[in-house]
Amino acid sequence: MNRLGSITLGVWASVALVFLYLPVAVLILFSFNDNQLMVLPLKGFTLGWYEAALGNEMLLRSVRNSVIVAAASTLIALIVGTAAALALDRVAFPGKVVFRFVILMPISLPGVITGVSILNMFSMMGVGLSLLTVVIGHTAMLLALVVTQVFARLQRLDRSMEDAAGDLGASPWETFRRVTLPNIRTALIGSGLLSFIVSFDEVAVTFFLTGRENTLPMYIYSSLRQGPSPELNAICTVIFAGTVVLIGISVIFLRTGKGAAT
Amino acid sequence: MKLKYGSMGPATLLGLPLLWALFSIVIPLGVLLAHSFFKVSYPIFKPAFVFDSYATIASDPQYLQVIARTAKISVLTAISTLIVTFPLVYFLVFTVRSKAVRSLLYFMIILPLWVSYLLRAYVWKTILGQEGVLNSVLMYMGITDKPSGLFLYNQIAMVITLTYIFIPFMAMPIYAALERIPMRLIEAAMDLGMTPLQTFWNVTLPLAMPGVVAGVIFTVCLTSGDFVAANLVGGPSGAMVASTIQTQFGASLNWPLGSALSVIMFVAVTVLVAISERFNARDRINLS
Repeated sequence: MNRLGSITLGVWASVALVFLYLPVAVLILFSFNDNQLMVLPLKGFTLGWYEAALGNEMLLRSVRNSVIVAAASTLIALIVGTAAALALDRVAFPGKVVFRFVILMPISLPGVITGVSILNMFSMMGVGLSLLTVVIGHTAMLLALVVTQVFARLQRLDRSMEDAAGDLGASPWETFRRVTLPNIRTALIGSGLLSFIVSFDEVAVTFFLTGRENTLPMYIYSSLRQGPSPELNAICTVIFAGTVVLIGISVIFLRTGKGAAT
Repeated sequence: MKLKYGSMGPATLLGLPLLWALFSIVIPLGVLLAHSFFKVSYPIFKPAFVFDSYATIASDPQYLQVIARTAKISVLTAISTLIVTFPLVYFLVFTVRSKAVRSLLYFMIILPLWVSYLLRAYVWKTILGQEGVLNSVLMYMGITDKPSGLFLYNQIAMVITLTYIFIPFMAMPIYAALERIPMRLIEAAMDLGMTPLQTFWNVTLPLAMPGVVAGVIFTVCLTSGDFVAANLVGGPSGAMVASTIQTQFGASLNWPLGSALSVIMFVAVTVLVAISERFNARDRINLS
C-alpha cells in the first residue's frame, strides 16, 4: 500500500480507538470530580462519590442480589452446559442438529425475546417472579456461551487417555473426574468468568423476570430516570475496573488451555 | 432409537440439558407463540385462536411506523459501525507488524463487548445530555453560550450510542475473515500489475465479505432487539420494536400484542441469522 493510504488508515484507526475509550475516560474522570454537575472546569479530586455509593443501602442490596444471581446462573450453566457439550461431542442421537440449534439459539436472540418468552411461560404456570426466575432466564443465555467454549475444548482433546483410563478399570465417573475434567478445567474457568460477567451486567432479560428485588443493572437503570449523577459514575467505574480484571483472567485461562489440550 | 455409548451414561448427559433447554427455551417460545393468538380481555387475555394482534400490527400505522423506524435505525447503525470498524480492523491485520501489538489492540477492541451494556449506553447519556459533558466542553471553549438540548433524544444520538455498543460485534467476524486471507493472493495481484485499490476491490474485499455480512447481520439483529439504549438516549420519539414490546407487557398490558410483536421479531432475526450462516458456509466451500 502507498504511504498516503497507510497514514490515512492509521489516523482512522487511532480515531476509532479514541472513540472507543474516550467516553470511558470521561466517565472515570467525573467520578473523581468534586462537583454534583458533570461540567468543566474540573473542581478538584474527591472520593466522596465512592463513599456515597458505599453508604447507599439500596445499592448494596442490589449488588448482593446481582452476585447471588450471577453465581447461581453461572454454576447451573456450567453443569448443564458441560453435560450438553459432552453429549454433543460424544453421543450420537436423533435430533442432534435441532438440539444444538436450540441450545445455541439464545446467543443470537435479542434479550427481550428470551425475557418475554420465559415471562409468558411462568405467568401461564402461575409462578411468581423473583430472583429465581431471573436465574432461569440468565442460565438460558449463558448455556450457549459455556457449550461453545467447552465443546471447542473437547474437540481438541486426545481421547486415547480416556480409553486408557477405562482399560485400567476406572469407572466412567472416575474417568470423567480424573481425566476429562482436568483437561477441560481452564475452559470451564474461562467460560465461568465470562458467564458471571454477562449475568452480572444483564438488563434486558432481568427487566421482564425480576420481582420486587433489583439487580445492580436494574438499580442503575431505574435511578437513571433522575438523570446521570457522579455517584452512578463511581459505581460504573468500579464495574468497569472489575470487568477488565475478570476478562483479563478469563482470556489467560481460555488461551493457556489451547496449547495444553493437544 | 440407538445410542452410541460414550464414557458416561448418555441418558444422564443428555437428559439434564434436554430438560433444561425444554423448560427455558422451547416451551417459553411455544407459550409466546400461543399467546400471540389469544384474545385481549380483562384482566389480560383469554385463550383463543385469532389473528387479532397480527391484524392490529398490520393495519395500525403506529406499529408499522415503529417497525419502519427500527429497520431504519438498525441499518444506519450497521452502516456506521461498519465504516468505523472495517478500516480499524484492516489496519490491525495488514499494517500492524508486531504480533504482540496486534493482539493487544484486538483485545482493546473486543474488551468493551464484556463491559456492561448499560454502562456503555449510560456513558453517552452523560456526554450528550443538556447538562452533559459535550455541552460543557462547547461552552468552556466559548463555542456556544448556553447548553443545547439538541444532542440527546434523537435518532442520531441513538445511532452513535448503538454504534459505540456494537463495534466489537462487527470487529470479530471481520477480523476472522481478514486474518484468513493468504498474503500470497495479495502479493500475486500486485505482481500482476494491480494497483493497491484494484487489489483491495478485486481480492481483499470479496474474501472479506463473509465477515462483513456476518458483522452487519449481528449488528442489525442486536440493534432491532434493543430497548435499553433506545430508552436512555432515544427518548419518546425513538421507540423501537423492543421498547414497544416492553410497553405491551408493562403499562399497556396487552400481552397478545406484545407476544405477536415478539414472534415477528423472532422470525426476522432467525431468518437473518440463517442468511448469514448460508453465506459463511458457501464461502468455506469456495476457499478450500
